[in-house]
Amino acid sequence: MSAIRVRSLTKSYGGQLAVNDLDLDVEAGSLYGFLGPNGAGKTTTIRMVLGLVFPSSGEVELLGEPLRQGAAALERFGALIEEPGFWPYLSGKRNLECYARAGGSADDRRARLARIDEVLEIAGLEHAGKKRVKAYSQGMRQRLGIALAILGDPEVLVLDEPTNGLDPQGMRSVRTLLRTLADGGTTVFVSSHLLSEVDLMCDRVGVLAHGRLVAQGTPAELRSKSERVTIEVNDVAGARRLLGEISGLHPVGTPNLEAAHGPGAGRLSVRTSDGLGAGAINRALVAGGIEVSALIPEHDSLEDVFMELVQGEDEAL
Amino acid sequence: MLFRVELIKALFRWRTWALAVVLGGIPIILVISLVLSSQPTPSGDDAPPFYALILRSGFFTPLATLAVLQVFLLPLSASLLSADAVAGEASLGTLRYLLARPVGRRRLLLSKYGSAVTLVTALVLWVTVVGIVAGGLVYGLGPLPTLSGATLSPLGALWRIVVAALYISSGMAGLAAIGVFVSTLTVSAPGATVVTIGVAIVSQIVDSLSALRIVHPYLLTHYWLAFVDLFRVPVSWSAMTDGLVLHLAYAVVFMVAGVGVFQRKDVLA
Repeated sequence: MSAIRVRSLTKSYGGQLAVNDLDLDVEAGSLYGFLGPNGAGKTTTIRMVLGLVFPSSGEVELLGEPLRQGAAALERFGALIEEPGFWPYLSGKRNLECYARAGGSADDRRARLARIDEVLEIAGLEHAGKKRVKAYSQGMRQRLGIALAILGDPEVLVLDEPTNGLDPQGMRSVRTLLRTLADGGTTVFVSSHLLSEVDLMCDRVGVLAHGRLVAQGTPAELRSKSERVTIEVNDVAGARRLLGEISGLHPVGTPNLEAAHGPGAGRLSVRTSDGLGAGAINRALVAGGIEVSALIPEHDSLEDVFMELVQGEDEAL
Repeated sequence: MLFRVELIKALFRWRTWALAVVLGGIPIILVISLVLSSQPTPSGDDAPPFYALILRSGFFTPLATLAVLQVFLLPLSASLLSADAVAGEASLGTLRYLLARPVGRRRLLLSKYGSAVTLVTALVLWVTVVGIVAGGLVYGLGPLPTLSGATLSPLGALWRIVVAALYISSGMAGLAAIGVFVSTLTVSAPGATVVTIGVAIVSQIVDSLSALRIVHPYLLTHYWLAFVDLFRVPVSWSAMTDGLVLHLAYAVVFMVAGVGVFQRKDVLA
């Protein structure tokens, strides 16, 4: 079952498309990274999933139930949406208590307080619980936000940029926490503009650009989706023409003729997909009568893939 | 549950206590000024009629206080407490977390309204009590002379004062509904407060212009001073009944409108 299932979701603000015909499936139990540059529509999507913003069209299903206002399925969700939001004049502990009671969780006071102490400890705030939020640092507020998200022991966690404002150590402890929760069966849907973060912890990644999902898969799949091979041949123009005709091979970049060992010779960078690799390039070139003096497979970082996907989308517009 | 959370939050805000101190100070200031001046406050045409008799009983202090506060400070309190409903939570960033709990939007708005009305009623009763204590200490709680010439026993005066306080609160409840409604339209709590208090002031100004008499019966503030009728013998209820109906109508209309707006609104804050 999908924890979050989104179909042809569209949202426009005064004619400006923030999210454009988006399909998304977040499998229950997975740690899903929702990646995209700022302004790609991540936050709008998350707000639609949580029922804060109403879609212009399209559907959202949470744990198999269609989302309606105040949907019961949301009770099984926990969320951190952009900045954490707290009443500054209340202590961290009392803030959590107000949220717990506002949600109407009917469990008895003792269980509720015990759970609050528990999440404060998980968030590393056990000594700051009595302090007013007014006096919290940004990192402490962020950690209290995470404590709030996991307060109701949710089945699904939706986190928008959860490591914002944290120092590297804090970021690491958040990543570890999310991984632990996901391993324990919690579905985690986390948005980020930090690739390294998503690469390090997620099972699946969706890349959003200009309100559209431009790629989806495991980090490894995304990386392999676009491997690069640098070739050194005696006829760059010929190689370019030949490889360009094969689907799954995409000569990219300007041929580097400075490394030439003869007229027309040089280096060319080729992006491969559909499972094709250096071998396929070699076979095609040799069959075409082109001499190959070097084949260098280069594994792109997820960052390169991401930049390419997002830029490709920029050019398409 | 949300209603109780709202009250707890209010108790931890210094603003709530500041309001209580400022409002509670008014009857004390009034008594002090009465003691200092040997003459009763001169009563102009606009001043409530009890000013002239004010020295004769400690029960006049709470009534004079309520009449003074009803013009501005109580509407201001009602505006502050109600205009926070959505706009205040939106500007703190807490609104999205409440809605994602999930708290139903209608329930959120009704709880906010309920807590605002409860708090403003508590403030009205608080100044009434301070007024009775302050007036009682200085002038004693003897029988109360009335406008119709009869004199009320202390007990008779007491229940009338409590009813007057509750009637005034009903007017504030009408205003609070406007505050909650305005609050759904903006993310600026100060802006919503200013608009709401503005409505109360404009309504009082229009109510004083006799050329606009045709709209007077529909103005929220038109019957606010009708509690004076409690101090006639026998009590004349008709204006207060009209007032209650009008206050209730304002409350219903603006809460229905507020819920309608809020349920369709994208929460971006």
